[in-house]
Parts: sequence; structure tokens; C-alpha cells
Amino acid sequence: MEVEHFYYDNRIVKKFALATMLFGLVGMLVGLTVALQFVFPQMTYGVDFLSFGRLRPLHTNAIIFAFVGNGIFTGVYYSLQRLLKARMFSDALSNIHFWGWQLIIASAAITLPLGLTSSKEYAELEWPIDIAITLIWVVFGVNMFGTLIKRRTRHIYVAIWFYIATWVTVAMLHIVNNLEMPVTLFKSYSLYAGVQDALVQWWYGHNAVAFFLTTPYLGLMYYFIPKVSNRPVFSYRLSIIHFWALIFIYIWAGPHHLLYTALPDWAQSLGTVFSIMLIAPSWGGMLNGLLTLRGAWDKVRESPVLKFMVVAVTAYGMSTFEGPMMSLRNVNAISHYTDWTIAHVHIGGLGWNGFLTFGMLYWLIPKMWNTNIWSMKLANFHFWIGTLAIMFWTLPMYWTGLTQSLMWKEFTPDGYLVYPNFLETVTQLAPMYAMRAFGGLLYLAGFIVMLYNMVKTMGAGSFVPEVAAEAAPLEKVFVKPAGESLHRIIERKPMAMLFWSFIAVAIGGAIEIIPTFLIESNVPTISAVQPYTPLELEGRDLYIREGCNNCHSQMVRPFRSETVRYGEYSKAGEFVYDHPFLWGSKRTGPDLHREGQGNQNAKSNLWHLNHFYNPEAISDGSIMPPYPWLITDQLNSSNIAAKINAMRKLGVPYPEGYDEIALEDLQFQAQMISDDIMNDPQGVEISSDREVIAIIAYLQRLGSDIHNAEEELPLK
Amino acid sequence: MLKFITGHMSTIDGVSIYPVISFIIFFVFFIAITYYVITMKKSYVDEVSHIPLDDDGTMESSEQLFSDEQ
Repeated sequence: MEVEHFYYDNRIVKKFALATMLFGLVGMLVGLTVALQFVFPQMTYGVDFLSFGRLRPLHTNAIIFAFVGNGIFTGVYYSLQRLLKARMFSDALSNIHFWGWQLIIASAAITLPLGLTSSKEYAELEWPIDIAITLIWVVFGVNMFGTLIKRRTRHIYVAIWFYIATWVTVAMLHIVNNLEMPVTLFKSYSLYAGVQDALVQWWYGHNAVAFFLTTPYLGLMYYFIPKVSNRPVFSYRLSIIHFWALIFIYIWAGPHHLLYTALPDWAQSLGTVFSIMLIAPSWGGMLNGLLTLRGAWDKVRESPVLKFMVVAVTAYGMSTFEGPMMSLRNVNAISHYTDWTIAHVHIGGLGWNGFLTFGMLYWLIPKMWNTNIWSMKLANFHFWIGTLAIMFWTLPMYWTGLTQSLMWKEFTPDGYLVYPNFLETVTQLAPMYAMRAFGGLLYLAGFIVMLYNMVKTMGAGSFVPEVAAEAAPLEKVFVKPAGESLHRIIERKPMAMLFWSFIAVAIGGAIEIIPTFLIESNVPTISAVQPYTPLELEGRDLYIREGCNNCHSQMVRPFRSETVRYGEYSKAGEFVYDHPFLWGSKRTGPDLHREGQGNQNAKSNLWHLNHFYNPEAISDGSIMPPYPWLITDQLNSSNIAAKINAMRKLGVPYPEGYDEIALEDLQFQAQMISDDIMNDPQGVEISSDREVIAIIAYLQRLGSDIHNAEEELPLK
Repeated sequence: MLKFITGHMSTIDGVSIYPVISFIIFFVFFIAITYYVITMKKSYVDEVSHIPLDDDGTMESSEQLFSDEQ
């Protein structure tokens, strides 16, 4: 058959590669900033948009969706064309995808520091941006499947299966988790509440790690490691098992983020079992990557590209062993809410995603600029300083995590907490936080060295925008080989692959999610639990705006060490009106679920006011930043009617017509709080229209409803 | 729509059977994949695993011809 001549499009690969480098720099700079805020809590004093609660989501979003996201697209656009011997389906779609994605990143970079957030981790962006993400994701999908359809190879290499599974699963996760009721252009409430919201969120959150940070990068691993080492993958057979087992099992493991919470026990156990099972495909994949280099380890000594990739795959192996271990209930009881989790994700982030991206860039940039790496020495330097940085970053955090947890749980022989003041467990960690920031600085330094090296490399070579290629087209009439197996058919049919991948992830997803729709029967209602008052609702929205949930959980686990410290453990029925849930995942500060009136830890309104003004003056050594703007800024309560109506539509039982008198109620309650603050013996004057009044109202309500219960409380 | 989501399925009994069913689905599927993988022909495996290494259709020294500089 006659060969066809065509060109590979390097321009789009170049664009995504440059964006990867730019946003890597931005994401890591923000990361270093938030790390330094642990050491110097007042370093951004009074600047609301630079406070930790707002920057932390910016860091995670920038790294996941901007740095790694652009890294995925760089690798996919390069490898997809070559593996299929076809140019991308449409240059226009490629460009819409690129610019659309960067626009989404830019809008995230603006809205998150402004406090426009839905509060759900890694899904913080508000609803208009969620819709934009959906549209751009569809553009990417059309472009990818268009290319698959006009390909010139019969069989679809395993890397591309991972891309397909990534595409379909991310689409499903993104849509289901971001279903929300808009109130204004940049404010919405999650469709789900409490336990249900938590389960959907962590089904999403866990699989954002699985299908955004893992499967596409495994695809890149299956392409780039063989390509760079110039030898085929160790076992193609193993890669087939790796693929199906991984995508099938991963989707189930989400509930392991909610062990010992108010989530029903059977769902927690399901999460644990599937997490343990995940070790098998993960390690199969890791070994497959590493063993590809069998007999070629001498190349690793010479090539910084392979060095980065070997450490990346090793880090993948470490964190996929650690993850299942952390899903064991007894380990999770210690690790959860501590910095151990943060160390765990950074083995994955700095090691697996970071190093694989660096390896890919060190190989791609010289290739596309038709030259060699400008300085091998600098590349090797980057490798070593980066590896050292990972050590400096994670080791202090493991130490921190264990220290925190042990201090939280330690009792005296008489049965009292050894450290009843939470603050003692924070000040103890100061040196480790400083070391972590130093680790981050090293990692960033290595990255900047790479940027310099890449700029020099680009300067030394000349960019090749179009690469001429030739290949025979697929025969129109395909003669099916006799006795072809089902899987082999799937391997050459992209739509079948899409369909079966979707089935694989949907089974796990459905079984995990459907029972959460049974929530009415699963969650015992506590009749004493009432909807929030309008002022508390506004306060709750401020809590979300300031990202308080990044440092404070609202979930007292049923451990003696927690019930003694905080009070009654949290029940599922207490969260039925929480759209969205605010359980949090980290305790940099204490849990707040029993912070409200009627609980052992309840504080006066004045205490809260002073504490927001200057936490360190109240609690010596506190690393919570001051929130002076809450005291100076007026509460914007103009949307309260719309908010009440949105909540009513979501099933919160406000009486009919309540939206009309909500503002009146709000002002009345605010006046009561401001009067109370003034009438305190050490009282100060505070106008009732300040934001801080609303957030105090919310805090005073937290976990207090159960004290009004007359009947016996149901067990969870 | 919300009523449908939150209310419609709340009558399902014995939901605990779901994990068992799905485990069986997975187990059978896993065995089938393993069987398929073991019985794959070596020649086919070699062919497919070499896809990334095969000359990706690029013509020799064509890269210079299309560089930006010219």
C-alpha cells in the first residue's frame, strides 16, 4: 500500500511544555510561601488574599492542574501522534484546548486568593470555572478520539489506554463531584450534604490522585521509559493486567479518607479492603517500569533523564505501598489529620509527578529543538539537589506527623491528657516546619536550575515545529485474524476501550455512590439538629471563604483521646444541613466541631473577637494568622434571601417565605452578639454589621444542637 | 431532580450485597484477563511492545528542513 506523508505537530507540545515550566515555578513558589507561613505566621499580616487558608488551595490547584496538568498534555500530545502515526485530529482543537486550559488556570489564580471557593479539596473552583473545565475537557477528548480514529497503526499501545481511562474517569468524577446549586455568579452550594457530600468528595479526591496524577503519568512512563532506554517494556502482558486491575480497583478506595468518621462502617471497610488490593497492580506497574531497564542500568549512570525517571518510578512504588498501609484503620488512627498525610502526598508529588515531568522535559526539549541538553552537569546537579530536597521535605514531616499524633493521644497514669492544650502539640513542631520549608527551597532551586538549562538548550538549538513522517494508512477493509480474542479486538478499537474503561470505573463508582443516595436511611436523623440561622449561614460562608477547613477539622473521631479533648464524638445526623460538608482533612489547629455553645471548649464571643484580631496574643506561640479584615470589613448580607432559597431547594427545611424575614433575623442576632461583646467586663465596642460577628455566630453554633436533644442519641 | 436523587433509591434493601457482587465481577474479570494474557502469542507481544521504539515514521534528517529559523 502506498505510504502517506504527513507532519507531527510539535508546536502544541512546545506550548504545553513551556506552560508546564511556567506553572511549575508558580505552583512551587506558592508552596514555598505557605511553608514559610508555618514558620513566620505573620509574614503576610493583614493581606487577606495572601492568607494561608486562601493560598493553600492555590498551591494544590496550581501543582495538580497547572503544573502536572500541562505536563500530562505535553506528554500526551507528543506520544499520541507518534504512537498512532498521525497528526493530531485538529490543530484548532489543540489550540482551543491549550488556551482554554491556561484561561482556567488564570481564573483559578484570581478567584482562589479572592476567597471564591467551594471548599471541596482539589475541586475548590466555583461553578462557572467548573463548566469551563468540562467544555475544555470535551475538546481534549474530541481531539484525542479524532486522532485515534484517523490513526495509521492497527493496535493501540498500552500508554494510550491509560490516556483513554484518564479522560473518561476524570470527566465522570468532575461532573459528579461538582454538582452544585448556584446562588450568585461566584457562589454555590454543593448539591449533597454532610456524610453524602463527604463520600462524593473523597470518591472524587482520591481518584483525582488516581486518574489525574497517576494513570496519565503511567501512560507517560510506558511511553518514555522504553523510548529513552531504547528497549521495549519489560512485560507487555503485565501492563495489560496492570491497566485493568488498576483502573478497576482504584475507584473503590475513596472512603479510606474517612476512616473513623461518621461515615457508615461498611463503606469504611470497603475503602480499606480495596486500598490493600491496590498494592498488587501498583507494584506490578512499578516493577514493569523499573525492569524495563534490565540490562541497561549502565545507561542510568550516564543519562539524567533516566535518573529522574528511575527515582520517579521508585517514589511511585513507595507511595503506593504507603497509601494502602495508611488505609489500615490502626495506622490511619495515627496518621490521619497529621502531617504524615502531607509527607505522603509529597513523595508522590515531588518524587513521582515532579521527577517524571523533569525527566520528560530533559528528553523532549533537546529533541524538539534538535540539539543536546545544554549542560549535563547542571542536569545532574538538578537531580541530586532535587533528591536531597525530597528527603529534607518529607523526613521532617513524617517526624512531625508521628509527634503530633502521639502527643494528641498521650495520657497521664491518672487518665488525664498529658497535653490538654492543643497549642503545645503545635509549638513542638516548629523546627520541623522550618526544615520542611528548607526542603521546599532546595526543590525550587533545582527547578530554577532546570529552567535556566532549558532556556539555554532552546537557545542553542532551533525549534522544529513540524516533523515530517510517513506511514501506510490502515487498510479500509480489515481482515480479521481468525480466532481473535475479545481483548485483542478491544486493543484496536478505541471506542470499545473507552466503553469498557468506563464500565470498569463506573461499577466501582456506582457501588460506592449509590448507597450514599440511600442516605436518608443510612443517616439517623437527630431531631434536635436544626438549620443554621441566616447569620450563622453567612458566617459559614466566611469560614469557607477564608479556607478555615484547610487547618481545622470538624469531625471528632470516637477515640477516648478525642472525646476527652473535644467532647462528644461527631454523629452523621449532625451534618444533614451542611452544604457543603466541612470535615477538613488536616489539623494544623484543633478540631472545631465541638467549639459551639454548650460544649466543654466553648469560648465567649469576646474571646473569639480577640482571637481573630491577634491569635498569638491569646495563645502564645500560635501559628494561626491574624484576621484583621474580618473586624474592619462590613458583612455583605445582600444575598441572604437567595442563599436561604437555594438551601430550601436543596432540602433544608426553612419555612415557606422565610427568605423575606431572614435579613431581619440576621440583624437581630448580630446585634445580640455585638451587645454581648460590649457588655463583657473586658468588653470592647464592635459594630454589629462586621464580618467577624457572623463568623463568631457560626462558631458558637458548631456541634451545639445535640445538647438540646431530649431523646437518647442514636449511635452512628 | 434532587428529590429523585436523594429519595428515589432509598428503598433498596440489602445494599450490602453490592460489594459481594462487584467483587465477583472483578474476580471473574481478573481471571479472564490473566488467562488471556498467559495465552497471548509471543510474536504478537513482541510486535506490540515495540510500537514506541519503531521508527515513528519520521524521515531521516527531515527535522532540519522545517525548523523555525528557515
